[in-house]
Amino acid sequence: MLSYVVRSLLQGIAVMLVVAALAFSMFRFVGDPVVNMVGQEASQQDRQELTERLGLNDPIPTQFLRFVTNAAQGDFGISFRQQRKVSDVMLERLPATIELALLSAIFATIVGTVLGVYTAMRRDGVLSNALMSLSLVGVSLPTFLIGIGLIYLFAVVLGWLPTFGRGSPVKIGWWSTGLTTWDGLKRLILPTLTLGLFQLTLIMRLVRSQMLEIMSTDYVRFARARGIPEKTIRYRHALKNALVPVITIAGLQLGSVIAFAIVTETVFQWPGLGALFVNAVQFADVPVMAAYLIFVAFVFVVVNLLVDLAYVALDPRIALGAPRGGEAR
Amino acid sequence: MTRSFVKFAAVLMAGTMLAGVAEARSLKWARSGDSLTLDPHAQNEGPTSTLAHQIYEPLVTRKVDGGLEPTLATSWRILPDDPTVWEFKLRQGVKFHNGNPFNADDVVFSVERVMSPTSDFKGLWASVESVKKVDDYTVHIKTKGPNPILIQNMTNTFMMDKEWTTANKAEKVQDFKNKEENFAVRNANGTGAFQLVSREPDVRTVLRRNDAYWGKGKVPLEVSEIVYTPVKADATRIAAMLSGEVDFVQDVPVQDIQRLKSQSGVKVNEGPENRTIFLGMDVGSAELKSSDQKGKNPFADKQVRQAMSMAINRDAIQRVVMRGQSRPTGTIAPPFIDGFTPEMGKPPAYDVAKAKAMLAAAGYPNGFSVTLNCPNDRYLNDEGICQAVVGMLGQIGIKINLVAQSKSIHFPLIQKNPPETQFYLLGWGVPPFDSDYIFTFLYHTREGARGGWNAIGLSDKALDAKIQSLASETDLAKRKATVADIWAKLQDETYYIPLHDQLLAYAMKPEINIPVHPDNTVWIKNVSFK
Repeated sequence: MLSYVVRSLLQGIAVMLVVAALAFSMFRFVGDPVVNMVGQEASQQDRQELTERLGLNDPIPTQFLRFVTNAAQGDFGISFRQQRKVSDVMLERLPATIELALLSAIFATIVGTVLGVYTAMRRDGVLSNALMSLSLVGVSLPTFLIGIGLIYLFAVVLGWLPTFGRGSPVKIGWWSTGLTTWDGLKRLILPTLTLGLFQLTLIMRLVRSQMLEIMSTDYVRFARARGIPEKTIRYRHALKNALVPVITIAGLQLGSVIAFAIVTETVFQWPGLGALFVNAVQFADVPVMAAYLIFVAFVFVVVNLLVDLAYVALDPRIALGAPRGGEAR
Repeated sequence: MTRSFVKFAAVLMAGTMLAGVAEARSLKWARSGDSLTLDPHAQNEGPTSTLAHQIYEPLVTRKVDGGLEPTLATSWRILPDDPTVWEFKLRQGVKFHNGNPFNADDVVFSVERVMSPTSDFKGLWASVESVKKVDDYTVHIKTKGPNPILIQNMTNTFMMDKEWTTANKAEKVQDFKNKEENFAVRNANGTGAFQLVSREPDVRTVLRRNDAYWGKGKVPLEVSEIVYTPVKADATRIAAMLSGEVDFVQDVPVQDIQRLKSQSGVKVNEGPENRTIFLGMDVGSAELKSSDQKGKNPFADKQVRQAMSMAINRDAIQRVVMRGQSRPTGTIAPPFIDGFTPEMGKPPAYDVAKAKAMLAAAGYPNGFSVTLNCPNDRYLNDEGICQAVVGMLGQIGIKINLVAQSKSIHFPLIQKNPPETQFYLLGWGVPPFDSDYIFTFLYHTREGARGGWNAIGLSDKALDAKIQSLASETDLAKRKATVADIWAKLQDETYYIPLHDQLLAYAMKPEINIPVHPDNTVWIKNVSFK
């Protein structure tokens, strides 16, 4: 068991190093940060001096090595754009993203499961068909459009909800939350819907097909033959089995929801990490971009590690490993 | 909170109003981007300076009509016996937000900070040799040679409190080698009409009225609180204006202006920005590398340049691409600039047939091919302008390969030595409102501190000499004549193809009126409610 965990950890670190190296080699394509950092009057010499001070004249491998060495000590440098420590800026933005991502994931999982079961049980119902068609829209419409559409309807036309931002979140230690005030909750509704909609439709379709498959298996038929009430069969036996793959998918999706909330955060001016990253790219703020990519890699590595561990808990054969010469799958 | 309590509070507030205390009115202000830092000397960038203008003040301010207004200095002159010394008399009785008095020591400190190696404004002060306190309210600034327009460069040089800055160890402007955050980046102590309450970068900055402001009574000062929020997505920012969540939107996208104008609860103000959009062509190289014309450079021929300028339908660009938000022009100087004449501003008549004939006469009857570099996130509809130009020049046989990229990739092409583009779009703002600034950066040979944005390979020694003579010419009539002389030559040569001046649009609630400033700066202290 321990060796399995250690192996997984080492793999994770290797993945993160590769991601960081790739990211670093790509940064030269986002352009020159110095352009954004000096006024138009700056002379060629001023630009040179600033480039030198930023350490951008060093070869890419040298810059990468310096970045990794510092990052390992939790030091990501100073943001070119905000002139503040990158670690401070990221920590300040983290709660907004985590809160939004968790709420979206919970919303998507619960509503998705309920709708999935409903559409599976009422296969030919009018509502079921309508939901299935709507879910296609949810999968195919770009997040940006959904967000703008929701803003237009609920904020501009109806005037029920605010258009952007987190309002004034309440500080609890270094964490900030919008969950404790009515205003904060109202501001969470539209971004949560927007971010969660895609996951929702995904989970709903997954649950539906799982349920349909399980309802036609032998053990369900035998259960019916034994006279077990239909409700018990559906919700105690079938649903339980249908949810196993759903939990895996939902877990993995949580990683991508945290990492790729970029569009939703931009549309709603949500002060999270995604919005920070978008601004950083536009400004060619290399320290923030590097730190964000490391963070994303970290989230994925951790989520995958947890999923791996969950498998071990479910199926101990994985940890024991196959006989010599083979790898456990 | 019960309803009766609200009523009680309302009555209380009404009472205080009667007692003569100004009404508490908040102004919610949204822009596309945030100020980058509160340190007033760290970033020479529009939104950063605009926010700083609410908190800090310079010695002189640029008025909406382009003229200068005494601010922390009450008067200034060049010493009659020494043309290299500017004398400034400072305003008395001004206090910083922390209560410290403003005096000559603060000016000397601030100017020295602005001139320090890590300051982003040092270029504007390159001609200055030293700054000296004469007495508590008099300062002498000595330049390396006579510099009659020094004061034009000072409108964004903000005054900091020496004691406060020193006590907080922020004497130096942020240096990226130093790994700590500079105190002045998120804290502020100015003399301005508003003082900092809180700041969360990219989220919200709250300012409160400075009730001890020296200009009280001279300006309306009706806004008691500013809530400044950047909203990056255009659609969201406009939605916030439409839903009434913000009172003032400074960056209105061109495509939304008409829609906002048709709404009852929104007022739109428009005005020209101090910035011209134009095309630059490499006139100095022997060969146009991206062209099918090997061993030749069509741009080196004046006829070709004039033909190209003639083939561009600026009115169509204004109508279709800019939706009316531009003013076609025939020169790269905006009309506010000292040296501009209405005659220069007249664009050449659009005439495809004549342009074709001129191109044929120059030896290119079938045109030529070339690559055009264009930014896509810097100016209003920049990429759209380039696409229009591609079509228009195509009509006279010039086949253009368009490369549109982000500004952080586009500008280095122009700045590199030698430049890596031979045909590009650029916009040029002229903060000192003087022709010399345009000549020095865009037309002078690229050498030393001059010609930094001359990517067209122009090197004309006679022209350089004339441009240099402007810097120290103290006889204003003579200077004017030289400027006119230079423009006459440049207009004829068509080294750049001017397209238009950008217009800016602000959206606001009908009860306030914020005029469009050519520098795109606003002063909330001037806002009054109807």
